[in-house]
Amino acid sequence: MSLAAVPRSAFPARAAEAVAACATDLSKVYGQGETRVVALDSVSVEFARARFTAIMGPSGSGKSTLMHCMAGLDSVTGGSARIGDVELAQLNDKQLTRLRRDRVGFVFQAFNLLPTLTALENITLPMDIAGRRLDRERLGRVVETVGLASRLGHRPAQLSGGQQQRVAVARALAARPEIIFADEPTGNLDSRSGAEVLGFLRQSVRAMNQTVVMVTHDPVAAGYADRVVFLADGRIVDELYEPTADAVLDRMRRFEAAGRTS
Amino acid sequence: MLRTALRNLFAHKARLMMTALAVLLGVAFVAGTLIFSDTVGEATKNASSRNLKDVAVSVQARATDSPDGPRQDSRWATALDQRVADRIRALPGVAGVRTDVTGEATLAARDDGRPVGNSGQNQVVNYLPGKDGSDPRYPLVRGRGPARADEIALAESTAKAVGYRLGDTVRLATDGPALEKRLVGIVATDDPAVNAGGSLALLDTATAQKLFLHPGQFNELLVAARPGTDQAALAAEVRRLLPAEDAWVASGDELAAQQAQMLAQKNRTLSRTLLVFAGIALLVGVFIIANTFTMLISQRSREIALLRAVGASRRQVVRSVLIEAGMLGLVSSAAGLAFGAGIAVGLRSFLGAQGAGFPDGPLVISPTAVLASLAVGVVVTVLAAWLPSRKAARIAPVQALNTIDAPPAMRSLAWRHTLGALLTAAGIAVMLVVSTLKGTDNLPLAMAGSALTLIGVMVLAPLLSRPLIFLAGLVTTRLFGISGKLAKDNALRNPRRTAATGSALMIGLTLITGLTVVSHSAQRAEDKMATTGLLADYMISTPESTGLDTKLSQNVAKIPGVTAMTPMRAATYTTNAAASGPGGGFGRLRGSDLDQIDKVTQLTFVQGSLEAVKRERDAIAVSQSSARKHGWRAGDTVTVEFPGQGTKPTALRIGAVYQDNPVLGDSFASTTLVDPHLHWLRNDTLLVKTDAGASPALARQIRKALGDSPLLKIQDHDDLRKEIAGQIDTAVYMIYGLLAMAVVIAVVGVVNTLAMSVFERTREIGMLRAIGLDRRQIKQMVRLESVVISLFGAALGMGLGIFLAWAGGQLLSNSESFKAYEMAMPWERLGLFVLIALIVGVLAAVWPARRAARLNMLQAIGTE
Repeated sequence: MSLAAVPRSAFPARAAEAVAACATDLSKVYGQGETRVVALDSVSVEFARARFTAIMGPSGSGKSTLMHCMAGLDSVTGGSARIGDVELAQLNDKQLTRLRRDRVGFVFQAFNLLPTLTALENITLPMDIAGRRLDRERLGRVVETVGLASRLGHRPAQLSGGQQQRVAVARALAARPEIIFADEPTGNLDSRSGAEVLGFLRQSVRAMNQTVVMVTHDPVAAGYADRVVFLADGRIVDELYEPTADAVLDRMRRFEAAGRTS
Repeated sequence: MLRTALRNLFAHKARLMMTALAVLLGVAFVAGTLIFSDTVGEATKNASSRNLKDVAVSVQARATDSPDGPRQDSRWATALDQRVADRIRALPGVAGVRTDVTGEATLAARDDGRPVGNSGQNQVVNYLPGKDGSDPRYPLVRGRGPARADEIALAESTAKAVGYRLGDTVRLATDGPALEKRLVGIVATDDPAVNAGGSLALLDTATAQKLFLHPGQFNELLVAARPGTDQAALAAEVRRLLPAEDAWVASGDELAAQQAQMLAQKNRTLSRTLLVFAGIALLVGVFIIANTFTMLISQRSREIALLRAVGASRRQVVRSVLIEAGMLGLVSSAAGLAFGAGIAVGLRSFLGAQGAGFPDGPLVISPTAVLASLAVGVVVTVLAAWLPSRKAARIAPVQALNTIDAPPAMRSLAWRHTLGALLTAAGIAVMLVVSTLKGTDNLPLAMAGSALTLIGVMVLAPLLSRPLIFLAGLVTTRLFGISGKLAKDNALRNPRRTAATGSALMIGLTLITGLTVVSHSAQRAEDKMATTGLLADYMISTPESTGLDTKLSQNVAKIPGVTAMTPMRAATYTTNAAASGPGGGFGRLRGSDLDQIDKVTQLTFVQGSLEAVKRERDAIAVSQSSARKHGWRAGDTVTVEFPGQGTKPTALRIGAVYQDNPVLGDSFASTTLVDPHLHWLRNDTLLVKTDAGASPALARQIRKALGDSPLLKIQDHDDLRKEIAGQIDTAVYMIYGLLAMAVVIAVVGVVNTLAMSVFERTREIGMLRAIGLDRRQIKQMVRLESVVISLFGAALGMGLGIFLAWAGGQLLSNSESFKAYEMAMPWERLGLFVLIALIVGVLAAVWPARRAARLNMLQAIGTE
């Protein structure tokens, strides 16, 4: 199957899987006239529930934009982005905020935590914002999973980079969101800490049936996912199930080679 | 490094805007004061020199005491008559002599009869027609000069103020009954007193003489000289013609210089007062400038580290920061100067509307005012930026290489807190000592103690901010949930910054609260004293020293329903300082009707009795505090001097000592004893007791009996209380107005801190938005932080203000003369201040909160 033969809208979840979020003909255009940049060009993709999906691509491929649009952080220019049965394009800012608060979890590359709050307060922040009751059992499980029990009273400045990202993961998990979006969560970490964080993300999918969508440019990170979707120039160009780091690296090389020759 | 400084200045335009505004406002206050005082000074000087243009020499009569006791009415005798005028006219070089009769009379407004003008500046002069029938000194604008006893002319501005037109009957009064005269002319004048809000009326010479002097007498001769005559020489010649005790002779130049000096003195007092408040405003500005530069430098620390890494020395870094501050100061001061000119114009018309009255003239912006304003602005800004610039110098080059934003290491506040605690303790100790002292002599100590305490608390503010803001945070968290908690955490994050911002507000509120508590307490005491011991239903008086004609006063006693009428007139005496110890000095002896005195005021005798005072011709009664001051006891014979009559020592016997009584003051005796020591026989006040109490009808009857003069103040107990309350209120509101600028600058500081904090926390805010804090909550978070900081400043300021008011107030309540003073808390007004602080917090947050809510989330997350 050659690359060119892959139909654009042909990246559904597997038949047996429920869909947590999906994009249909999703476009995102920045600027106008000469400065016009098409970041996403009619992207159609489904993210399966209780699965760990990685979005990969070289820088400038639109992978972060896709995540921002899917997570309700950015508006879309055309097409549709849905989380569950909610069409994001139809929500105003307030509704989008509520959606992110109640149904989405986030792990960013850096600066995930409020320096004034302790680790525990950071973890419970989304629930505090929502004014929701704490699910103590879930919280206990999450804290245990990420191995932070002894550090809960510390402030971010007293934690290492890896520990900070683990707090961020715990925060995303504790509120039991429908879907977690992670944007290069290991970008600033050394490989051992990175492996830990990725392990927790995968663990949350396996043990807690969490849905995770992660943007990364690191084939090793992508290797932890159940499925990898490849983006190039604002389009989805390929996908890979049960990837290994080597297989991902191999695909990447092929795109780059194709990119150079085209 | 100059280029770096300039680039920084322009790159951070928006962030420096609030700081610039703080400098601008402070400088505007200074510039406004200086320009105002120059403008008014120049205009007054011009007016007075125009007025003295034709005066080469002025001869002013001295009041002569007749050997046979006090003058029986407001008229006095002078040695200046037509003969003297003719002798002066015969001197070589004299072109003419103007014979003036001047006196004071107050005009009643046409519509409601209220007295018009400035007390002490309401003149009546004689109209002196020349050969052509008009007076060259007072050119006619309309009508003609007064020629008969029932005619009057008014200055143009006076006529406008009182509302009379030609043909109207004008009412005016001296000490006697109201006079009525027909308005026949309107004249122009350059007289500075009239320009400054006084009134000017003209009568024909004979009528004026009858009213103020005696026929044929004048009280001033204005000598005009031929061109080329030396003023000083002429003055000397005139002096030779007249005995020194008859008249005071001055050349026109001397007179102008004297007037200028008097005006300058008056002006200086006003501008000094204003400059004190400008200083307070600038002090508040210092906090904001220092805060801004601290924040800018911490935001820019990597940039500075890079400069250091590529070879800039510490000194260059410091200099760059100071140059930036200097430029900011210069630009803001220039804008402040322009704004200050506007303030000067506003101040003149505002004070003019309040009745201060200033002559017209162009706005005078002297080079001194310009340079002083610019210098003040630049120096204040550079000094305020000095400490932050030291901080910049400490940034190590290696910080440029750090890839991760490490929060700048917080230097320990331990040293600062120790210093603050010491200063505060010292200040409080001084104030506690002050609270045991008495009298206004200790005011400098009280002020020093207050300043020390204020500075101590400012230094200590970071420490104080923790518990206070923590407590406030409990409330905000309770009421507003997560945004309340985040607001508290943000306010606690940088105690120095919060403390500096709160301190700026604290300064204004300390002063405002202190003033409010003291004035409220004083008002209550005055209120109590206004009517303490006053049995009379009415107190009748006139403004200043005009007084009431003694014969006319007798009419009041004849009104049906009046059961007692006691006149009060006072003579001033000096005691022999050596005999009376350190308390020696002046006293006032009131003359009254001893048979009626106990009907109009509550008299309680400590020693002796009223009978004892009545019995002996030379007996007086003295107040307890005055007796203690001089060491007098009933039965003593004391020697005092009544100045003015060759100051012969007079022996008096202490017949009784009475409990202090505000109606009677230091001492009283019979009118028979006091009258010979008066310069002018008249009553200062009348105390009237009636059988049925005060009523409007009775007040009207009394007014009529006293000749219906516009000057009469017929006050019942309510009026007396209100009068004092009104005086204190006016002063307090004036000071509120002046302190408002300091508060406005402090508010600008809160806006500044919040805007800077929002900028620094861009990424945090983006992250909070991403995980679900909506715009409203973000706004609320910023707003609550602002409110918490404002309330912190308010709490410190009000607490300190109350403490200082208590300690300072003890000086009053410990003193003999103001025993009624007792600290009273003006709860309503204090509550209002808290409310204002709350509103200030909300308003200060409007712009920063909107900015925070509008931050683009994705950019915010991506911000490096």
